[in-house]
Amino acid sequence: MTAIAPAPAIPWSPRARLPRLLAGIGVGRTAGLREHERYYGPLPVPGPARGRSRGRRPERLIDVVEVAGLTGRGGSGFPVGRKMRSVAAGGGRKAVVANGAEGEPASRKDRLLLSRLPHLVLDGITLAAQAVGADEAYLCVHGTEGALLDRLDHALEERQAAGLDPVPIQLAGLPGRYVSSEQSSIVQYLNGGPGKPTFAPPRPHERGVNGKPTLVHNVETLAHLALIARHGDRWFRGAGLPSAPGSMLVTVSGAVARPGVYEIEMGTPVGQVIMLAGGPAERLQALLVGGYFGAWLPVEAAWTVPMTHAGLKAAGGALGAGMVIALPAAACPIAETARVVRYLAEESAGQCGPCLFGLPALAGALADLAYSGGSGGSEGWDRSVDDIAALIPLIEGRGACRHPDGATQLVRSLLTAFPADADWHQWRGACDGVRRPPLLPLPGDEERDWDWA
Amino acid sequence: MTFILRVNPIACTGHGMCAELLPEVIELDRWGYPILASPVVPRPLLNHARRAAQACPTLALLIEEKTGKHR
Repeated sequence: MTAIAPAPAIPWSPRARLPRLLAGIGVGRTAGLREHERYYGPLPVPGPARGRSRGRRPERLIDVVEVAGLTGRGGSGFPVGRKMRSVAAGGGRKAVVANGAEGEPASRKDRLLLSRLPHLVLDGITLAAQAVGADEAYLCVHGTEGALLDRLDHALEERQAAGLDPVPIQLAGLPGRYVSSEQSSIVQYLNGGPGKPTFAPPRPHERGVNGKPTLVHNVETLAHLALIARHGDRWFRGAGLPSAPGSMLVTVSGAVARPGVYEIEMGTPVGQVIMLAGGPAERLQALLVGGYFGAWLPVEAAWTVPMTHAGLKAAGGALGAGMVIALPAAACPIAETARVVRYLAEESAGQCGPCLFGLPALAGALADLAYSGGSGGSEGWDRSVDDIAALIPLIEGRGACRHPDGATQLVRSLLTAFPADADWHQWRGACDGVRRPPLLPLPGDEERDWDWA
Repeated sequence: MTFILRVNPIACTGHGMCAELLPEVIELDRWGYPILASPVVPRPLLNHARRAAQACPTLALLIEEKTGKHR
C-alpha cells in the first residue's frame, strides 16, 4: 500500500485547517530535525526559557490538553488529559511509553508518522514526560521492523546533539505479535517479560514500567500533543466537531482508487473518506470500519456516519484506529472474515482458555460456513451459523485483554450486516466470491514472530 | 459489603474444582473453563465460595470485597 496523503509543498500556516500532522509530509522522505522545525516550529520549552510558554510549568500542558478535548488515537478514544492527570497524580517518578507497534494489519498511519515525521512523535514524548514528571521514556515499535528502528535511532541522535530531550527516549522492539501492542503487554515486555497481556489490576497508570505509574499513548496521540503544546487548545478545536475536536489519521484500503493514509477532521462522514481516497474502484457492498476490532457496515448505512467514536458506536460499529476498508460487491464477506478470524486465533497469546480454544473454533465454524455449506458445526450444532452464534458469548469478555472481544465484535457485525449471505452459504455452500483473491490485508510471514522469545 | 467473584483467566487452566464446589454460581463451558452466572456472591453461599476459591489449584478464583455501592 502506498501511504501518501495530498500535501502542500510550502511551509504550512497553523491557520489552515488541514493538514496538521501531515503538514511536513511534502518533504518526501524522513523529515530531519531542521526540516521538522521549519514546518512545525521549535519544540516549546516549558519554564522560564523563551517565547509564549515563558514561565509556564510543564504540568500546565495537562490542562491545555484537557480543554482541547484530545482523545486517544490508538483505538480507545479515552480522554488524554484525564489519563495524563491520573498518571501525574501517582506517587514518585513516572514513565512514559509511546506505542508505535501498529498491530492492526490494515493500519499504516503510525508507520507513516514514525518513518516520515519522527520528530513530531518524539516532541510529544518529551512534552508528555515533562508534564507527568517522568524520568523514563520509551518508544516501542515491532522488533521485526529493522529499517524503521534505524531511522528512529538516527532521529534520536539528531535530538541528542541538539539537547532536546531532557528525559532520554529509549527505543524498544516488541515481538511481532498482534497482542504485543496491548498496553499491558508493552509494560510486561519493558519489565523483562515476553510481551503478553497481563491480568489487571494493577493497570499501567497505577503500576507499570519498573513499578512506576506509566502513561501509555499511541504515537499519533503524542503527535497531536506536540501540536497542541505549540498552538493551544482553541487552535486544536478549530477542526472537527465540538464533541470530537481535532483531526485524525485514517488508513483507507480495499476497492478504492487511491488507498493510503489521509488526515481528516473528526466527524467527517465515512463516505467522504472513501471519496478522499479516490472513490470506489468497483461497486461496493460494505465497509469494514475500525479494522479487525471494528465492524462491517453496509455501504448505504455507513456512508453518512460521522468518523467519531460516538457516531460509529451508534451505527453498530467502532472507530478503532481509523481504518476504512471497502469491500466490493463481488467479494465474499464470510470468507474474508473467516481468514481474519483465523489470523486473530493464531495471534492469541494462548493464555486464556476462552481465547485459546474459542477463537480457533470460531474461525473453523466461519470457514465451514464460507466453503462447505455450513453443515459441519461442532458440538452437535447442525448448522454453522448456529454454532457461530453459540460461540460468541463463550468468548466475549472472558479474556484478560480485549483480543477475543475484537474477534467476536467483527463476527457479530458480519451476521448483522449480511444475514442473507449467511443463509445463502448455509444452504448452497461456497459462492463465487470465495474464489476472488483475498482483500483484507494480513501481515506477511516475515513480519510475524510465531514463537514467544 | 458485597463479595464479588472474579476469574483470573490467565491463571485458570480449567481444573473445574470451582464448578463442583459452587454449582449454584459457576458452570463450565465446553472447554472446561468457568462461567459465572453472576459476579455477586449470594450471602448464604459465601462459605462455599470461599472454599471454592481456596480449592482452586492455580488460585485463579478471586473473591473481592466491595464496600458501598457496586456498579
